Amino acid sequence: MQVHSIHFKSRARAAIADAGLQRGLAKVDGFAARRAVVVREFGDFETLRAEGAAVRDRSLANLDAWLERFEAEAARRGAAVLYAETGDEVAQLVIDICARHALKKAIKSKSMLSEEAQLNAALAAACVQPVETDLGEYVCQLAEEPPSHIIAPIIHKTKEDVAALFERKHARPRLAEAEALTREAREVLREHFLSADCGISGGNFLIAETGSVALVTNEGNGRMVTTMPRVHIAITGIEKVVPTLEDLCTLMRLLPRSATGQTISNYVSVLTGPRGAADLDGPEHMYVILVDNGRTGLVGSDMQEMLRCIRCGACMNHCPVYQTIGGHAYGWVYPGPMGAVLTPMLTGLENAIDLPQASTFCGACAEVCPVKIALPDLLRKLRERQVERALRPGYEMIALRAWAWLAQRPKLYAAASAFGVRALRAIGNAEGMIGAIPFGSGWTRGRYLPAPKSGRTFRALYARRKKPLGGARG
Amino acid sequence: MRVGLFVTCLVDLMRPGIGFAALELLEHAGCEVVVPATQTCCGQPGYNSGERDSAHALALKVLEEFERCDYVVAPSGSCAGMIRTHYPDLFRGEPVLLARIERLCAKTYELSDFLARVARIETVPGTYAGTVTYHDSCSGLRELGVKSQPRELLAKVPGLVLKEMRANETCCGFGGTFAVKMGDISSRMADDKCANIDASGADAVVLGDLGCMLNIEGRLRKRGNTRTRVLHVAEVLAGKVEA
Repeated sequence: MQVHSIHFKSRARAAIADAGLQRGLAKVDGFAARRAVVVREFGDFETLRAEGAAVRDRSLANLDAWLERFEAEAARRGAAVLYAETGDEVAQLVIDICARHALKKAIKSKSMLSEEAQLNAALAAACVQPVETDLGEYVCQLAEEPPSHIIAPIIHKTKEDVAALFERKHARPRLAEAEALTREAREVLREHFLSADCGISGGNFLIAETGSVALVTNEGNGRMVTTMPRVHIAITGIEKVVPTLEDLCTLMRLLPRSATGQTISNYVSVLTGPRGAADLDGPEHMYVILVDNGRTGLVGSDMQEMLRCIRCGACMNHCPVYQTIGGHAYGWVYPGPMGAVLTPMLTGLENAIDLPQASTFCGACAEVCPVKIALPDLLRKLRERQVERALRPGYEMIALRAWAWLAQRPKLYAAASAFGVRALRAIGNAEGMIGAIPFGSGWTRGRYLPAPKSGRTFRALYARRKKPLGGARG
Repeated sequence: MRVGLFVTCLVDLMRPGIGFAALELLEHAGCEVVVPATQTCCGQPGYNSGERDSAHALALKVLEEFERCDYVVAPSGSCAGMIRTHYPDLFRGEPVLLARIERLCAKTYELSDFLARVARIETVPGTYAGTVTYHDSCSGLRELGVKSQPRELLAKVPGLVLKEMRANETCCGFGGTFAVKMGDISSRMADDKCANIDASGADAVVLGDLGCMLNIEGRLRKRGNTRTRVLHVAEVLAGKVEA
C-alpha cells in the first residue's frame, strides 16, 4: 500500500465530515465494551499483560536465534522458509512460487503484510488472480479500498454500503440483511475456494520450537485457505516469532480478549509443515515468508518495544482520535496509535510528519495494550526525532522556544503575562469568549477561547493580597 | 506541614480564582502554604512537543523552587503528572540530579489527591446547590490514579448532587498543543464530550484541569450552551464559585 500519511490532516477533515463513516465508527465502542466484560471476568488481567510483555521481550531479545530455530524446525517438517527484506521482495517471492508451481488463482485469508507489500496488485499484474476470503477484506477488494482497521477492515462501512456494493459487483438483486449478504458472499467465494490452487495467509505467531505458524481467525476461511489449495504461503513479520507453544498459550489468552472481547476466537490453527503421509488434508507445499520491511531498524533501538505488538487493535478501539477519524486518515496499512508509531518507523518519519502529533497523550491505548507498549512515550520519542531532524514547522519551534526562554526569566515573564492577560481579556466578547486569536485558528475554528476572568495574573493578585490571620506564606 | 503550591501557568494567566481556591483548601487542611514567587511553567509544552532541552531547564527551575517543601501540590493532574511521572525521564543520565528529582516526585500531588489521601480532610468549606457531573481528565486519571478522590471530596459538599455522564473517562480532545495543531479533530472530540455533558442534565461540569476546562467551555458556548457551568473542583470545594 502506498503511503498517504503526509495528507493526514486533510484526510482527517474529510473523515469528520463523512456522515456514513461516522455512523460506522460508532461500532468501535462495542469492541471496547466487550473487552471490558471479558477482562473483568478473567480476574488478574494485569499479571497476564505483564506475562505477555515478558514473552514478547524474550523473543525480541534473541530474535535472530529464535528465527533460526524456527527456520530449522519448519524445514525439518517440510516447509520452506524464505526471507524478504522489502514489500517488493515479498511480492516477487510469491510470484516466483506461483510460477514454479504454475498457480493461477490465490485465495487469501487476512494478512496485513500483504497490504504492506501491495501483493494483490502485484499478483494481478503477474496473471495470478487474488481473491480475498475474509468477509471484510473481500468487501474491501470489491470496493477497491484498503482496510481501515486491522481486525475489522470495513468498520468504516455501513450495511447499506455493502448491500449496494454487492448488488453492483455480484449483479444480483439487492439484499437488506447482514445475514443474507454474508450468505451471498459465501456462495460467491465457495467457487473460488474450490478452484484455487494457491492459498495465502498471514501468521499471528511463529512458534520456534515446532516450526509452526499460528493463525487466529473467526470466519473459518483461514482453514480453507491453508488446507484446500495445493500450495500454502504464509506471510508474516520477523517479529512474530515466540519460543514455545506455552508462550503461544499466554498470548492467546490476551489476543482475542483484547481484540474483540472474545475469550477465544472461533478458530485457532497451528500449521506445521505441508501435508504428511498420514494426513487427510493439507497443502502439498508450504512456504513461510518472513518479512523485514523496516522492522530490523527497531531492533536494539529505544523503539524496540513496538515490536511486541500482537496486532489486536485494542489501542485503536480505545483511541478517541481513531474513533473520531477512522483508519483511512492515517494513510497506510496500520491506523490508530500503533499505526501512528509504526508508519513513521517503517516508511520514514518524513513521510508521516503528522502521525506522531495525532495523539492527545490521553493514555487510553497504553492502558489496554495487552503487551504493555507505552504508545504515548513512543510517540513522544518520535516527536523528539522530528525536532532533531527539523521536521516541524519553524513557527512552532520558535513559539515553543520563546515560551521556554520567557518561562526561565520570572521577572520578564511576570511583565509579559500581565500584559498578555489584559490583552486577552480585552478581545473577549460580552460573554467573555474570544472568537479569533493570532496563530490560534486551529483552536478557534471549532471553539471559543474563554478569556481570562480577571485582568490580573494570580501572581499579581497574590503579591497584593494582605496576609490574613492564620496561614503563613513565602 | 509545609506545602508548596504550584499554581500552574494556565491558572496564573486565565483563572487566578482557582489558585486562591486551592490556597484556601490547603490552609483549611491545616497546611502552611508557600507560593514561590518565581514559579512559571512545569515544562510540559516543550516535553510533549519533543523539545526536551527546554523541559529540562524548566524542570530544574521547579526543582530549585520546590524541593525544600514537604509537599508540592498543583490544582492540575496534568502538571502534577508531568512532575511526578515524566521528570525522571529528563534526568536519566544525571544520577545526582535524578536522586533530587525523584525525591521531588515522591512528594508531588494533584490537589484532590492530596486533600483526600494525604491531608485526609473531613470537611470542606464550600456548599453548592445543584447537580454536577465530573469529567476525569486524562493525566490525573491515568498517570496519577485520580478517580475516587475528587468524588469523595465532592460528596462532602452540602447540597451537591453528583450525576455521572456517559464516557466520563474519555479524553475531551485538549491534549495541550494538540488542540491547536489538530484543531479539527480536537474540536470534534470536545463536541462528543459536550454532548455527554448535555445529556447528563447536570447544571455544571466539574473537573481538575484548566486546559480541559477551557476546551470544554469554549466548545459548549460555541454550541450555544450558555447554561452549563464549567468549574474547577477546587472552586467548588472551596465555595469560590463566582455567580
